[in-house]
Amino acid sequence: MEGIYFDNNATTRVDEAVVEAMLPYFTEQFGNPSSMHSFGNKVGLAIKKARMQVQELLGAEHDSEIIFTSCGTESDSTAILSALKAQPERKEIITTTVEHPAILTLCAYLEKEGYKVHYLKVDGKGRLDLDEYKKLLTDQVAVVSAMWANNETGTFFPVVEMAELANAAGAMFHTDAVQAVGKVPLNLKDTKIDMVSVSGHKLHAPKGIGVLYLKRGTRFRPLLRGGHQERGRRAGTENSTSIVGLGKAAEMALEAMTFENTEVARLRDKLEAGILVKVPRSFVTGDPSNRLPNTSNIAFEFIEGEAILLLLNKFGIAASSGSACTSGSLEPSHVMRAMGIPYTAAHGTVRFSLSRYSTEAEVDRVIAVVPEIIAQLRKLSPYWEGDGPAAEPEKAFAPTYA
Amino acid sequence: MWDYSEKVKEHFFQPRNAGVLEGANGVGDVGSISCGDALRLMLKVEPETDIILNAHFQTFGCGSAIASSSALTEMIKGKTLDEALKVSNQDIADYLDGLPPEKMHCSVMGREALQAAVANYRGEVWSDDHEEGALVCKCFAIDAVLIEDTIRANNLCSVQDVTNYTKAGGGCSSCHEGIEEILVKVMTERGETFKPGAVAQEAVAPAGMTNLQRIRKIEAVLDTVRPQLKRDGGDIELVDVEGKTIFVNMKGACAGCQMEALTLQGIQQKLMEELKEFIKIVPTKAGALSRATCQP
Ligand SMILES: Cc1ncc(COP(=O)(O)O)c(C=O)c1O
Repeated sequence: MEGIYFDNNATTRVDEAVVEAMLPYFTEQFGNPSSMHSFGNKVGLAIKKARMQVQELLGAEHDSEIIFTSCGTESDSTAILSALKAQPERKEIITTTVEHPAILTLCAYLEKEGYKVHYLKVDGKGRLDLDEYKKLLTDQVAVVSAMWANNETGTFFPVVEMAELANAAGAMFHTDAVQAVGKVPLNLKDTKIDMVSVSGHKLHAPKGIGVLYLKRGTRFRPLLRGGHQERGRRAGTENSTSIVGLGKAAEMALEAMTFENTEVARLRDKLEAGILVKVPRSFVTGDPSNRLPNTSNIAFEFIEGEAILLLLNKFGIAASSGSACTSGSLEPSHVMRAMGIPYTAAHGTVRFSLSRYSTEAEVDRVIAVVPEIIAQLRKLSPYWEGDGPAAEPEKAFAPTYA
Repeated sequence: MWDYSEKVKEHFFQPRNAGVLEGANGVGDVGSISCGDALRLMLKVEPETDIILNAHFQTFGCGSAIASSSALTEMIKGKTLDEALKVSNQDIADYLDGLPPEKMHCSVMGREALQAAVANYRGEVWSDDHEEGALVCKCFAIDAVLIEDTIRANNLCSVQDVTNYTKAGGGCSSCHEGIEEILVKVMTERGETFKPGAVAQEAVAPAGMTNLQRIRKIEAVLDTVRPQLKRDGGDIELVDVEGKTIFVNMKGACAGCQMEALTLQGIQQKLMEELKEFIKIVPTKAGALSRATCQP
């Protein structure tokens, strides 16, 4: 399909080399790695190799710290539930208001089960207050879960430092690094991070494969019990093809790490600057000085995100939005609300997320198209008048709210 | 991506009557903060005839909000105010060949803007009386506030009850957990505990009722569902009882709508529970033939 795909934080295209690495494991090497015969043997070796490739990407000390799961969500659930089960005397969890639903929905459920969940607030740029965090770290806390990079804004949390603090307080530390893995260099062996969630489809591996990194010595209780796969820590016959694919994708991500942080970042910066200079009343959300190299989240005031996406789509440009109307929930993005972005801007946020396959020509095209689209929608907006917002927009239009 | 009809897309990409209307003499500003949609509807009304000569809109909102606004202005131009006020949100959705359930509130917003603009023209103040909660049942677009109110008003105690009264949970059933949570909350308020698997309220119907008792009982059951139907702008009337067949007349907004069959099924279920016998409920022709205007 022709088109400009700037929605790589949602999911990525599987690299052709990854597909090629996977193919033999559907047909020729279809065996069960647990089997005694030689059909399974080669598969076992391939999984071993993939485990080492992922280990390398994460900077893990041992390959046995890599547990393959079915997705990022499973890794998140496994990590948190394991920490609670392993330390039944501790009944509290610390997380943040801007986590992915894979964490927040689970935490809301655990609250109903009687656990106390502390949600760390963020400031206008999406940053945490570490003093608030330190105060909450008591001997009641079983696990802290904070994301490495936010999926909407790309903003980093200081997880390495937070893990040190948790460790000192005797609490386990988990990070959802689904967005960070493959985009920023990691060196987990030099950290106090106990558990890390990874999802293959964010780094050009297939959907439906994930990893839970589990530091050696971290107490663990499996979510899925059954066979002895993954050393009994995640039962169920291995998704061998996808594991092989993820291994290859991890190797390629490591090779592209410098490119990601120089060239992709340059294109992202060009895109962002190009749009901001041409579109009045637009601004970057999150912390631009401390974020993923591929992500730019821009709020366009006085218009609504879904309308922007529909028009972008007409030009063959794919992006995503924190607007309420793009999700089934009708709720505006919890990340934008947590940062205190006013709703006239929060609903008009658009996330552009690039990849190493993004090109300069694509960036130029988006810079050319976006200002027109924004102007066209603002003509329809009751908050807008001519070339600028209505004088005192909130007063010029103050609807009766249902 | 939403599954929008071609008509919705067309009205979104080429909105009709967008922008400020010079000389407007009726303006309605409404919005729904939960979705961040807001709409200003501007009317130019001929005072002698009450005819809407022109209608324009400005919308802060998603694709379907813009399309609904555009459709509304097209639908009401040339109508008198009274005729225009008969346009229901379902009419707007129908005009657009349907909207996804999550987006029905966009058409509701259009209808509210119309009421507000007419009130403004007539020198009245329009106030909105319906509250919008988080969407629970996506199949029938039923929100939490409506479910909670209905449970409270009718002392409901099971998911089946809620489905019978509101339709919520009558489709794919994936919202049953959400409905149970609301039940637990409301029942705790009234000092009861929610028991999964409980059947509708205790029936006091004795066997061997006289005909009159039986009809009174039927009327009583219809009375309990009536508030719900009225909320949707409809009503139900008992026409006749012939043995095991109960004839009813569905009136107003609920007549002939796609939900009618479902609503009747719910009522039938309730009647059977109350009468403790097998009955069949049949809508009379008058009801079945009238316009489809059920508000979900
Ligand atoms: C931060 C974050 N965590 C978790 C997930 C869920 O990953 P998966 O889709 O593999 O379950 C995502 C992907 O949307 C994500 O962005």
